[in-house]
Amino acid sequence: MPKNYIAKRIAKEFKDGMYVNLGIGIPTESANYIPEVTHVYLQTENGGLMFGPKPQRGESNPDIANAGAEPITMLPGGAVFDVATSFAMIRGGHIDMTVVGALEVDQEGSIASWKIPGKLLTGMGGAMDLLYGCKEVIVAMTHTDKYGHPKIRKKCTLPLTAAGVVDLIITDKAVLRVNKDGLYLEELAPGVTASEVKQLTEAEIVNIEDWE
Amino acid sequence: MAMQITPEEAVKKIKNKSSVMIGGFLGAAVPLVMIDKMVAEKIKDLTVISIGAGYRGGGVDIGKLVLNRQIAKYITAHVGTDPNLIKQIVNQEIELELSPMGTFVERVRAGGAGLGAVVTPVGIGTEVEDMAEKIMIDEKEYLLFRPIRADVAIIKAYRSDSLGNLQYKGMSNTNPIMATAADIVIAEVDEIVEVGEITCETVGTPGIFVDYIVQGHTYEERKEIYEALWISTNKL
Repeated sequence: MPKNYIAKRIAKEFKDGMYVNLGIGIPTESANYIPEVTHVYLQTENGGLMFGPKPQRGESNPDIANAGAEPITMLPGGAVFDVATSFAMIRGGHIDMTVVGALEVDQEGSIASWKIPGKLLTGMGGAMDLLYGCKEVIVAMTHTDKYGHPKIRKKCTLPLTAAGVVDLIITDKAVLRVNKDGLYLEELAPGVTASEVKQLTEAEIVNIEDWE
Repeated sequence: MAMQITPEEAVKKIKNKSSVMIGGFLGAAVPLVMIDKMVAEKIKDLTVISIGAGYRGGGVDIGKLVLNRQIAKYITAHVGTDPNLIKQIVNQEIELELSPMGTFVERVRAGGAGLGAVVTPVGIGTEVEDMAEKIMIDEKEYLLFRPIRADVAIIKAYRSDSLGNLQYKGMSNTNPIMATAADIVIAEVDEIVEVGEITCETVGTPGIFVDYIVQGHTYEERKEIYEALWISTNKL
């Protein structure tokens, strides 16, 4: 597996002129691989549009931070605002694409990412608003959990963050699209076979035979 | 017209069992001095209303109120950054009221704007349905949430004039919204300037919403505090 494969693969989904909100972790990392000719406007839900890399030491502004309260810079043409404006962008359908991580995704495009009963309690944060409001939803995650269990399920078993919203799933094994009639394999990661993907995926893959 | 008072005087406005809105976002743009005063005064059984918990790892800003066990209830969208807070919620020492972040924001906005409810499609098909009332409008399902108000809001801005007009320097995040939604609004600022220095088109929160102004750390002091925090947590 090439280093940072998932982040680099996400970057291919960016199109010129898009307004995008990236989740923490691998999705945020993907911004490092946006081609220079592609101009993407990054939004952060705490109230910023068109932010850039982190500042040099000594040049930070205590009030310019991302949603994780980490220092960032604003690019020329950028804007800062309050969270009501920010969530009007998000919930109101003004953001073209969001990329998020997940604990589980299913073949109906539902996603579980915020809670494991008895184990993980963080609150949903802005995830439900982003998943509902963004025009295109991409899930980026490892294909299986740390025990090797499939994370792409027939039906999510964990509490949902949103129902029927996911468009594309990018993993370390494959790229899968969620259509109305189910899940379609679109791409295999380097060195991965279709039968391996079938074996590691609990959900039905409608077109798996075309790949085998 | 807002009145300038000391942080020591301002903290007396907050009583045991008060509900307190705290502006900021996971540690950024928070009223640091007022939080320290609340810790020093050991005000107990607070209902804290904040968009998230404190800075990642806990023990910083709002995390100090958690460590000092001053909170009875937390109304928020996210607690994942503070492990101490999560522990107290799991041990049922703190009651937790969650809503999706955009919904939380609108509930506070509704509280300040005289509205009766927030009606949103976010959370349909999830267990958030159990936290609200489901209604139909034009054959589409929505969730109805009640507004949120507080006894006191402590918010953070860059500058204030003596009329209480506030100016922000970066992301104002929850501060201008919370400024509308409490009986007593205390603004902690880096600098207090003469009327007219904050020109009308750069006012972020009009003084009508602000009751008290408190001198906090200066901008340079705050920059030092945050750079040290960011460097010690490998963010800068």
